[in-house]
Amino acid sequence: MSTAPALDDERPSAAAPRKKRRTSANQRKLNRAAYLFILPFFVIFTTMLVIPLVYAGYLSLFESKLIGGETFAWFANYARAVQDPDFLAGLGRMALFLVIQVPIMLGLSLFLALALDSGRARGSRSVRLLVFMPYAVPAVVATLMWGYLYGPDFGPIAQIARSVGFGTPDFLSPENILGSMMNIVSWEFIGYNMIIMYAALRSIPSELYEAAEIDGAGQIRTAWSVKIPAIRPAILLTVIFSIIGTFQLFNEPSLLNAIAPDAITNSFTPNYYAYNLAFINQELNYAAAIAFLLGIVIAITSYVVQLNEQRRERKERSGA
Amino acid sequence: MITDEQREEALNTPTELTFWTWVPDIQNEVDLFEEAYPAISVKVENVGQGAEHYQKLRSALEAGQGAPDVAQVEYQYISSFVLTEALLDLVPYGSDEISGDYVEWAWNQVSPGDETWAIPQDVGPMGNLYREDILAEAGIDEAPATWDDYAAAAQSVKDETGSYISNLGATQAGQMIGFMWQAGAKPFGYDGAETVSINVNGPEAKQVADYWTGLIQDDLISVDVDFQDEWYQGLASGKYAGWLTAAWGPIFLQGTAESTSGLWRAAPLPQWSAGEQVSGNWGGSSDAVLATSENPIAAYELAKFINHDEESAFRLATEQFLYPPQLSVLEDPEFSGQQLEFYGGQEVNALFAEISETVDTDFEWLPFMDFVYSTYGETIGTVIAEKGDIAAALDEWQAELVDYAEAQGFTVE
Repeated sequence: MSTAPALDDERPSAAAPRKKRRTSANQRKLNRAAYLFILPFFVIFTTMLVIPLVYAGYLSLFESKLIGGETFAWFANYARAVQDPDFLAGLGRMALFLVIQVPIMLGLSLFLALALDSGRARGSRSVRLLVFMPYAVPAVVATLMWGYLYGPDFGPIAQIARSVGFGTPDFLSPENILGSMMNIVSWEFIGYNMIIMYAALRSIPSELYEAAEIDGAGQIRTAWSVKIPAIRPAILLTVIFSIIGTFQLFNEPSLLNAIAPDAITNSFTPNYYAYNLAFINQELNYAAAIAFLLGIVIAITSYVVQLNEQRRERKERSGA
Repeated sequence: MITDEQREEALNTPTELTFWTWVPDIQNEVDLFEEAYPAISVKVENVGQGAEHYQKLRSALEAGQGAPDVAQVEYQYISSFVLTEALLDLVPYGSDEISGDYVEWAWNQVSPGDETWAIPQDVGPMGNLYREDILAEAGIDEAPATWDDYAAAAQSVKDETGSYISNLGATQAGQMIGFMWQAGAKPFGYDGAETVSINVNGPEAKQVADYWTGLIQDDLISVDVDFQDEWYQGLASGKYAGWLTAAWGPIFLQGTAESTSGLWRAAPLPQWSAGEQVSGNWGGSSDAVLATSENPIAAYELAKFINHDEESAFRLATEQFLYPPQLSVLEDPEFSGQQLEFYGGQEVNALFAEISETVDTDFEWLPFMDFVYSTYGETIGTVIAEKGDIAAALDEWQAELVDYAEAQGFTVE
């Protein structure tokens, strides 16, 4: 840990206890103020996150039937979930989404961020705004809009394809729907991720560039060897956000379901499945178990990615 | 039984009622009620249409607070609320006195046994709306009388004009169940306690399934998802030469396909045997009083007034275009004699009033229709979209429904 030496520096000296006693009244006042400042966070954190989480965990241990009422079921719901082909298929679908869509989306974001940062792109401010704009469009609106664009009869893409003799592309068929959804999600989030990376790029000290220049590095070499390594924490952040976002996909399947009902099943994504279980099938307890499991899957995936990155960093550091 | 004194007292005590409904502008009818009973004020709340409305209602009931006094409930959802004892039996409040004022099958929908769970608001007896000009172009002068005629007409329309004679919405369970209803199928049954009967793959249902499978596989019927952009466009552009719909359809279509005004006509559904007159129902709702209401008498009076008071019922039918189940409105020449320009001046309301009397009075629902509809989309809907065998999908649907019912603790007959 890089913070270890810093802690060592503050190892209490002989004089410290006396000093501490003298300021303790002041210190206490400061502490109180600090607690006061973070209190709102903890209140919201507890009421909006911890309590619902505990409640969901509690719910997931019961089994309720329309006839016969509620019974305590231990982990029966979890046992059912890990064997539920619908839930597992949804997870698999999202894993596929993750390994295809996320690299493409983040690659494009990175490319755009680097292009803007290089200062070579003309009108960079308006480009930045344009790329970011889709993020400002609510996901619901974006999905509705793309649903219209994908339409086989009157959608503009299909009309153009037909008029130039390519036939009618079926974006909403069961085979293509995942790709169509990846496109929507990329469109929505490329700009958002770009802004995070771009902001990180702007904070790289310029000495590094000067050094690179003296070493004879061109634009591409600088980007590859200086810029990308320097913003690795920002990139990791976007990866983690994307993992969480992917597994939680909900708006897109639930809205596209209306226009492509045969392509999107009730269990298309785990989140959508949990929603349908709770509100259509009236299986609240099972839905809670699914939601809980989904949370665990997300936590594990994020942790593995983070751990990998840390390991690599350590290896690189010891190598250098 | 509630006595007149009790009623008198309840209606003269200052009371506030909450009414959940998604009918647009129903405030107009509520105003009439408040005028008649000044002591009572009604708060109208729209918490969403259909599924969303029921989810909120169930959540409020589950939470034990926040539920309204009166709520709109579609017929097919009544039993799911009866199951959880969420609705008030209206018989002690005097609902029997007005039972004769409604079309019989509509009353049976709200009163399957000795109890009455709601007051009927609107219904959807099914008929056939079609483009006279497109059919004429295909050499057909009259609406097809039987389903055989309809299939033959579908072929001519496709050959001569390139249009589909109509569209079968891939996931429109309500429409398909309406067709089954017409064919005499009894897919669902519920005894009001713990026993359900499920028979979505009986011979009549299979007959309907095979008929549509044939038309779909011959590409004589399109299978677009209905009530979506593509479908609206299709109705307006003549992609579909007709729409097999319910009594609420004519006015709905008038707003959707304005540019084709005057070209449409209405007719009864094609029949399975020549000379018969039978129809099914698609849609419609009622107003129910929640068992948790603290002012049940006033709440009952509100539900009743909205759907029974002459002026209120007439306005619902003519201003909100809810197709009425009340005999007095159906028989009112001012309603039935309305000549709709969109349908070339035809008296469409009168036609549907006649159709309304040909709907089988005896049709029940399961107490978990949310699940029934959603699995319909998963099984039948997928097969329709992929132009497969609907009858085979009915077996699959049957199996899923039975599994669910048993898992939920019902006895399945």
